Amino acid sequence: MSDLIRPKDESELAAVVAEANAAKTPLEVCGAGSKRNVGRPLQIASSVTTERLRGVTLYEPNELVLSARAGTPLKDIEAALAKNNQQLAFEPVDLGPMLGEEENQATIGAVFAANLSGARRIQVGSARDHLLGIRAVTGRGEIIKSGGRVMKNVTGYDLCRGIAGSWGTLSVMSEVTMKVLPKPEAERTLLFIGLTDEVAIDALCRALGTPFEVSGTAHLHAEYARRLLDTEILRRPAAVTALRLENFEESLNYRADRLAESLTAFGKVVELDDQQSGDFWNGMRTLSFLTDSDDPVWRISTAPTDGSKVVSALSKRLDCRAAYDWSGGLIWLQTGPTADAGATEVRRVLSETGGHATLIRADASLRSSLDVFHPMSSGVAALTRKLKQSFDPAGVLNPGRMYAGI
Amino acid sequence: MTSLAILEPNAEVLNHRDRLIRGLRDLLSTDRVVADEDGRRAFETDALTAYKQMPLAAVLPTTTEEVSRVLRYCKANDIKVIARGAGTSLCGGALPSEDSIVLGVSKMNRVLDIDYMNRTATVQTGITNIGISNIVSPNGFFYAPDPSSQLACTLAGNLGMNSGGAHCLKYGVTTNNVLGLKIVLMDGEIVEIGGKELDAAGYDLLGLIIGSEGQFGIVTEATVRILRAAEGARPMLMGFNSSEAAGACVAAIIGSGIIPVAIEFMDKPAIHVCEEFAKAGYPLDVEALLIVEVEGSEEEIESLLGRISDIAKPFKPKGIRVSQSEAESKAIWLGRKSAFGAIGRISDYYCMDGTIPLGKLPEVLVEIGEICARYKLNVANIFHAGDGNLHPLILYNANDPAEVERAEKCGAEVLELCVKVGGCLTGEHGVGVEKRELMLTQFSKTDLEQQMRIKTVFDPDWLLNREKVFPLELHAP
Repeated sequence: MSDLIRPKDESELAAVVAEANAAKTPLEVCGAGSKRNVGRPLQIASSVTTERLRGVTLYEPNELVLSARAGTPLKDIEAALAKNNQQLAFEPVDLGPMLGEEENQATIGAVFAANLSGARRIQVGSARDHLLGIRAVTGRGEIIKSGGRVMKNVTGYDLCRGIAGSWGTLSVMSEVTMKVLPKPEAERTLLFIGLTDEVAIDALCRALGTPFEVSGTAHLHAEYARRLLDTEILRRPAAVTALRLENFEESLNYRADRLAESLTAFGKVVELDDQQSGDFWNGMRTLSFLTDSDDPVWRISTAPTDGSKVVSALSKRLDCRAAYDWSGGLIWLQTGPTADAGATEVRRVLSETGGHATLIRADASLRSSLDVFHPMSSGVAALTRKLKQSFDPAGVLNPGRMYAGI
Repeated sequence: MTSLAILEPNAEVLNHRDRLIRGLRDLLSTDRVVADEDGRRAFETDALTAYKQMPLAAVLPTTTEEVSRVLRYCKANDIKVIARGAGTSLCGGALPSEDSIVLGVSKMNRVLDIDYMNRTATVQTGITNIGISNIVSPNGFFYAPDPSSQLACTLAGNLGMNSGGAHCLKYGVTTNNVLGLKIVLMDGEIVEIGGKELDAAGYDLLGLIIGSEGQFGIVTEATVRILRAAEGARPMLMGFNSSEAAGACVAAIIGSGIIPVAIEFMDKPAIHVCEEFAKAGYPLDVEALLIVEVEGSEEEIESLLGRISDIAKPFKPKGIRVSQSEAESKAIWLGRKSAFGAIGRISDYYCMDGTIPLGKLPEVLVEIGEICARYKLNVANIFHAGDGNLHPLILYNANDPAEVERAEKCGAEVLELCVKVGGCLTGEHGVGVEKRELMLTQFSKTDLEQQMRIKTVFDPDWLLNREKVFPLELHAP
C-alpha cells in the first residue's frame, strides 16, 4: 500500500501537488479508490485522495444546477437530488462491482474524471455533457477554474470537457458543478426475446428513429440476460433486447403502444412495469452481469450499427460474450482467458470498423504489458502528449495510467 | 467600439504582400484567392460591424488538402490566419488583422454522409446550420442547435463558438451534438478525431476544439448527431405584471419536473417592438412575456400545457394564450426570432450575451435598467429563461461617436454585472475581440495562462485568430 495523502481542502491539495511538481515525484490520484485497477498499473509511492473534499456547496433545483466538492460520494449527491425528484440524467455506470469493489463507492469527481455514463447517454448525453464548471489543481499545483454554474457558457476554452475523461492525468478536480434534471414520473420497458445481435440492433436503432424519446436501448446475450431478469419474465435462456420509455404516466401508455406498433416486425413484446424496469436498468448501471467472474472485460465504443459486426467478427476467433448498450454503440465484451485478453483481435477488428476499445478489467500483468486505452493515431498522440505537458510538465499526476509516457 | 487595441502588424509580411499572394495563387486556383480591394472588402468585418480591417487577402479553399497546403504555407511565411464561416459573429470572431489572410470555408459545404440508423450526418463545415436540418427534415430528423442566425451561419462558425440557440435547454448546444471532426492544424497536419461512435477515445479533444474560436485549427469536416423530431410542438404565451412574477413562474415550471423545449422571456420594450414588427398578438399591457413551448403528440401537448397553466396560476398570468394553429405558432416564434431585426429597424443596438442564474433575473433587470439610465441609453431585454442566457439590446446612435463610446462602456458594465451575480460574459456568441479585455473579470491570470498554454499546444506560433479571446497584455510580446 502506498503512502496516502488526504488533504482537507483545495488549498492543501494544491500544496501537495505543488510539492510533488517541485520534487518531480509522481502522485497517484484517486477519490474513493474503487477504480484504481482501471488503466495501466502505476508504480508510485504516494497517493493523493480527494475523499476529504466533501459536501454539496450549491444546489438550486429550480435552476437545475448542483455543485459539490470532488470527493463527495455520488450516493450523497443522488440522495440530495432524490429529495427534489431530480437526478443525474446521464445515469453514471458503477464500475466498482465488476472490479470486485462494493457498489456505490464512487466520488463525484471520479465520475467526471472517468466520464462514466449509462444507458441514457443516447438520449441526454454523457457525463461530460452535464459538467458545467470545475475547479481543479493542475500538475503545476495551480488552482484553475473553467465554466461556471450556468447552463450556457462559452467564455474561454472549454476545459470542463478537456478535463473530463482524463482519468486524473491532467489535473485533480477539487469541485464540480453539474446540470441536474427532473426524474421522470414513471418508466416502462419493452422487451424482445431471442433476437440475434444483428436483428436486435436493427430494432434498437429503429426505435431511436421514432419520436417517442426512448431512453434505454440494450441487448444482452442469454448468459447475461438471465442475471438481470428472473424466470417469471424470462422463462427460457435467451438473448434479451430492451427499450426503455420514461415520462409522465399519461404519456407512457400512449408511447409504449405506439413504439410497440412500430416494431411489430421484431416479434412479440414483453412489457416490464415501473418497478421491473427500474430493476433491469439498475442492473445495467451496476453491470451486475459482469460480477461473477474475473475474466477480462473490454469496453468497446463504435458506431451503433457496427456493434454486432464487431462482436460477430470477434466471436469467430475468441471465446466471448457481449452486452450492448447505446443501441449497439457500447459493448461490454467478456473474453475467455487468452494470453493477451484478445487484444490483438479486438484492435484488428476495430481498425476495420472504426471505434475504440479499453481493457477495463484484467489482472495487473496484462494491463502493464498491453495498451489498456486504445492506441492513438500519430496526430492525436502528439496533441495528447503536448496537452499533458501543458497541464503537468513534470508528469506527476497518474503518469502512464492512460498511455505509456503520458 | 472605438477603443480596440491591435498588435503591431508584421512589417515583413506587409512588405511582401504581392509575393505572398502569388504564392497562395500557386497553391489554389486564381479565383480562390481574393486579393483585389473590392473583393477583400467583403471580408473586412463580420456582424460586429463597428470594427473593420482589410486583410492581406481572402482564400476560399474547396478541399481539406487545400486548407492543409494554405496553412503550411502561411506557417512557413509567418502569415496570420483568420477562420471565417459566414461572417455572422456578433463578437468580432472573424475580424481580420492587416497582416492576416481570411480563410473562408464557405465553398466547402457538401454533405458527405447521412446515416439515419446511427443518427449522424457527416458534412463539410461550410454548410449552413439550417442546411443540415433541411437535408434530413423530410425524414423527420433535425440538427438540434438553432442559433438565431441559422439561415446564414455555418457549422464551422458554430463549432468555433460552441453556438447555442433557443432550444438548447432540452437538446444541448453544439458541443453536445458533435461526435467527430477533421481538423487541419497550422503545420498542415490533418487530424481526425472521433467518428460515429458516441464517445471519442482518450482526451476529449473534441470538447476542447469546439468553442476554441478558430484558434486551434481549421475544422473542415464534422460528424454531428441528428435527432428524430417530436410528433409536434406548440408554444403558449403568458404575460405578467412584473419580471419577478415571470421569473418565479419559470422556476416553478422547471421545479415541477417539466422541461419545456424552450422558455423565452421578453421585457416590455422588447414586446412592443416585436409586436409592432411581427403582429404575433403579444399582449401589450404587461411588463414581461413568456413564450413556453412543449413537444409531443396532440394529447401530450394538451396535457403539458394544462399542467403549465396550473403551475402559472399563483403568478397571476395575464392573457394566457395557447397557439391554436401552425400559423399562430409560426407568428409567435417569428416575433421572437426576428427580435434583433425588429429592434434594428428603430435603432442601432449593441447585443449583449451574458448568462445569469435564473433566480437573479429580477435584480439583474433592475440593475441593467439603472446602468443604462446612467449612460442615458434605452435597453430591451430578451432572455433564454430556461438556460439563463440574457440578451440585453442596448440602443444607441451609431452616428454619434460619443454615444458609441457610452454604449460600449454600458455593455461592459452589464457583463460585469452578469459575472458578479454568478453568471458569465458570454453564453453563446463567444469572446472574440469584443469581450477579450473583460476576461479578467471572470478568470484569474492563472486560469487564462493555462488556457493560453492549450492554444500553444495546437498553434505554437499563435498564428490563428491571434488577437481574440485573451487580453492582449497577457500574450503580446
